[in-house]
Amino acid sequence: MREYLNNIWTALVTIMIGMKVTFKHLFVPAVTIQYPDVKPQLPERERNRLYVNMDDCIGCDQCARACPVDCISIETVKAIPGEDLGKTSNDKRKALWVTKFDIDFAKCCYCQLCVFPCPTECIYMTDVYEFSEFERENLLYDFVTLTPEEREEKKKNYAQFEAQKAAEKAAKAAASNKPAENKGQ
Amino acid sequence: MALKTEQMILNMGPQHPATHGVLRLELELEGEIIQSVQPHIGYLHRCFEKHAEAMTYPQVIPYVDRMDYLASMYNEFGYVIGVEKLLGIQVPERVEYIRVIMGELQRIASHLVAIGTYGMDIGAFTPFLYCFRDREKILSLFEMTCGARLLYNYFWVGGLSHDLHPDFVRSAKEFVKYFRPNIKELNDLLTNNRIFIDRTANVGVLPLETAINYGITGPNLRGSGFKWDLRKDDPYSIYNKFDFDIPTGQGLVGTVGDCWDRYYVRIQEMEQSLRIIEQALDQLPDGDVTSAIPKRVKPPIGQVYSRVENPKGELGYFIISDGSVNPFRIKVRGPSFVHLGVMNEICKGHMVADVIAILGSIDIVLGEVDR
Amino acid sequence: MIYNFFYSITGSLLIADIIQSLLPLFIFILPFALFAVWLERKVSAHMQDRLGPMRVGSHGWLQTIADIMKLVQKEDIVATENDKPLFNIAPVLVFVGTYAAFAAIPFSSAYIGSNIDLGIFFIIAVSGFVVAGILMAGWSSNNKYSLLGAMRSAAQIISYEIPTILVIITIIMITGTLNLNTLSEMQTGHFWNWMILGGPQLGIVKFLLIPFMIIGFVIIYISTLAEVNRTPFDIPEAESELVSGYHTEYTGMKFAMFFLAEYANMFAVSAIVTVLFFGGYQSPIGYLGNLLHLKWLIPIEQLFWFTTKGIFFVFVQMWLRWTLPRLRVDQLMAACWKYLIPIAFVNLIIIGLITLL
Repeated sequence: MREYLNNIWTALVTIMIGMKVTFKHLFVPAVTIQYPDVKPQLPERERNRLYVNMDDCIGCDQCARACPVDCISIETVKAIPGEDLGKTSNDKRKALWVTKFDIDFAKCCYCQLCVFPCPTECIYMTDVYEFSEFERENLLYDFVTLTPEEREEKKKNYAQFEAQKAAEKAAKAAASNKPAENKGQ
Repeated sequence: MALKTEQMILNMGPQHPATHGVLRLELELEGEIIQSVQPHIGYLHRCFEKHAEAMTYPQVIPYVDRMDYLASMYNEFGYVIGVEKLLGIQVPERVEYIRVIMGELQRIASHLVAIGTYGMDIGAFTPFLYCFRDREKILSLFEMTCGARLLYNYFWVGGLSHDLHPDFVRSAKEFVKYFRPNIKELNDLLTNNRIFIDRTANVGVLPLETAINYGITGPNLRGSGFKWDLRKDDPYSIYNKFDFDIPTGQGLVGTVGDCWDRYYVRIQEMEQSLRIIEQALDQLPDGDVTSAIPKRVKPPIGQVYSRVENPKGELGYFIISDGSVNPFRIKVRGPSFVHLGVMNEICKGHMVADVIAILGSIDIVLGEVDR
Repeated sequence: MIYNFFYSITGSLLIADIIQSLLPLFIFILPFALFAVWLERKVSAHMQDRLGPMRVGSHGWLQTIADIMKLVQKEDIVATENDKPLFNIAPVLVFVGTYAAFAAIPFSSAYIGSNIDLGIFFIIAVSGFVVAGILMAGWSSNNKYSLLGAMRSAAQIISYEIPTILVIITIIMITGTLNLNTLSEMQTGHFWNWMILGGPQLGIVKFLLIPFMIIGFVIIYISTLAEVNRTPFDIPEAESELVSGYHTEYTGMKFAMFFLAEYANMFAVSAIVTVLFFGGYQSPIGYLGNLLHLKWLIPIEQLFWFTTKGIFFVFVQMWLRWTLPRLRVDQLMAACWKYLIPIAFVNLIIIGLITLL
């Protein structure tokens, strides 16, 4: 009998206490931010979409190697001697034309492992988070600033330069072989 | 003439509002009483352990985050101290203190999710939102430090990726002051509520013998009355410098080891975590957090088993290294996987509505069950 | 009074009847259901420290209308295995059960749907339609979960009608009438004449009755909460256990009918509780119309007080919903048969003894 009455009493009391808590919360201002009109304040170290400053990139491939999901793909082409590609912002001479620098944001896991190995700090994470697309292919970002014709041109130049060098080497080898052949005879 | 009855098989399928992820429970019912529960898992298997064999040691850390995605800092903790043991490096003291602070904040965040979703499964919708509102504050602390809210990649082999933000200590102390009264509010709203007690006391009793036989650890084991916590019994990092208690279940409103006990252990653990955080914030030394990070992580040939006290239980990493930059094998002992095995044992004889209560009190995360 | 008004306008009994019976539906129940859905969403939001609907109309007051428009244009799916006649009639029955109860509720002294002497008895009888509707819905859905939900709901509603009726019998014992209009008129004057404070007749009986009246009020409030399937008794609609209970298989307008019927039912039971215990449409502090000597103002004021009290009790129902967890089925039945019914019985006997004084 005592337990019976005790049950009723605790039920009523705990329900009343619970109701008091929720009633007090009716008067607490809401914590919601009305999103599209009011944007949240993001801290300075926020890790969202990557950005690559191509003026500083020296094409060292460290970021692509550090990425755990292989979302960065880089192709470079050596510059022919005599071409001046300029300097990066911390005074390093650039020696490679970067013809392909693709980051696939559908694969990127936003882990920040690519930011640390970069010697010129040209790849970093910004606080842009509203970049959704309708097509998946649009998430493949191409950061290179050269036009497609320029890229073809650089590749052709280098191929020509290599072919020239190979031809010279073959000619030199043929020229140095001939006296040997004469000697041998 | 007796009626022919047969057992009914009810499928709480992969898509269900109350099974914390993609889990399929096959219940064999005799009327409303359960005869057996068979969990079917594997819906979230992502081949993490095989994949890790192709990565370098630092590259594995983002993958390790994604196992128990509600307590990422602790997943990284276990892995990182394992690799550091293999390499034989000693991290600076500041790194140890920051790791403990982040780990305990993460413990509070994980328990808040457990408590909130448990309340929601039982039918009380309001504590869920209060818990998540408090969790937002913790996540902003993390966002201030490393830029991400859920999957951090913060603990690195040999140190941390960033030092603390200059505002962190002040904000963390404010959070501790703000959060203490909220635990009392949660107790008023949920823990001591008569209806909640009726739903969870004497339900899903896990006797101590059974718990030890099945390999249960963490709050579930402590809920059955046994004082076992890796932070005190096998101390890692600098936990032996802090003063905190280990709450156990004592059967205050039912039998020892029922759902209420496990739930109440979690609430008390949050309070203890606040104590640890206060002490660590006061004792935080200065130093450089990136000084001990090696250029290339290439451990010598060997193997190590490192274990930490995840918010869910004992998280263990067995790492075999063959001397190269890729690990030869990483095997993870996930606590949620082990705990799911005990469902069949403790659900026998209860009703369908109790299965939800029991599953919520065991607190599993499918990312850790399936990896 | 309004009936006479319509009769005098149209000159035909039939048309006056029709208009008068449709009046509560369009002027009161539909706008109230829309308002109640909005109120629930806002109340739950503010109790949970968030905002609720804010975009559709200022502070979201048009949200319910948008939801109804969305539900109306949805495809009406009737599966081949369902029992078509039962499936189609079930929502109608549920709605009729709740709507018919409004016929005997006195909104103000000028308007009562039908002034029958059996007032409260009629209401309880007609609420039984809801049980039949729910069972039909569960059975014809051809779905294990719906059937389970419907049977639990039927058991719950039938069990909790008993404490309701016991408390109603105590009120009838004290006042001696089943007619709700008479009951409301008996509680004229100020709030100390309300039944919860012992009734209109002064004397020792009035003060002795007060604690037992309060107990009776709590019992009937809890039982009617169970009849409407609100938390903590919302097993039939429990999301996390049975997906969605007996209305899982309904789409579009039929689902909207279940939905609106629930809110109309909430108001109906709140109205019954106010009429029985809190003075119906009487004002607690006297009438402005009496002060200004404007006789026609009084019925309007009474309507205002009636809706205010009804909405207050609906608000308390919502408040309870967002505070408390759900009871399990066997605990629900235990609460009814082991706790509420014995207490209601004892209450009845004690009040009966007191009224003999």
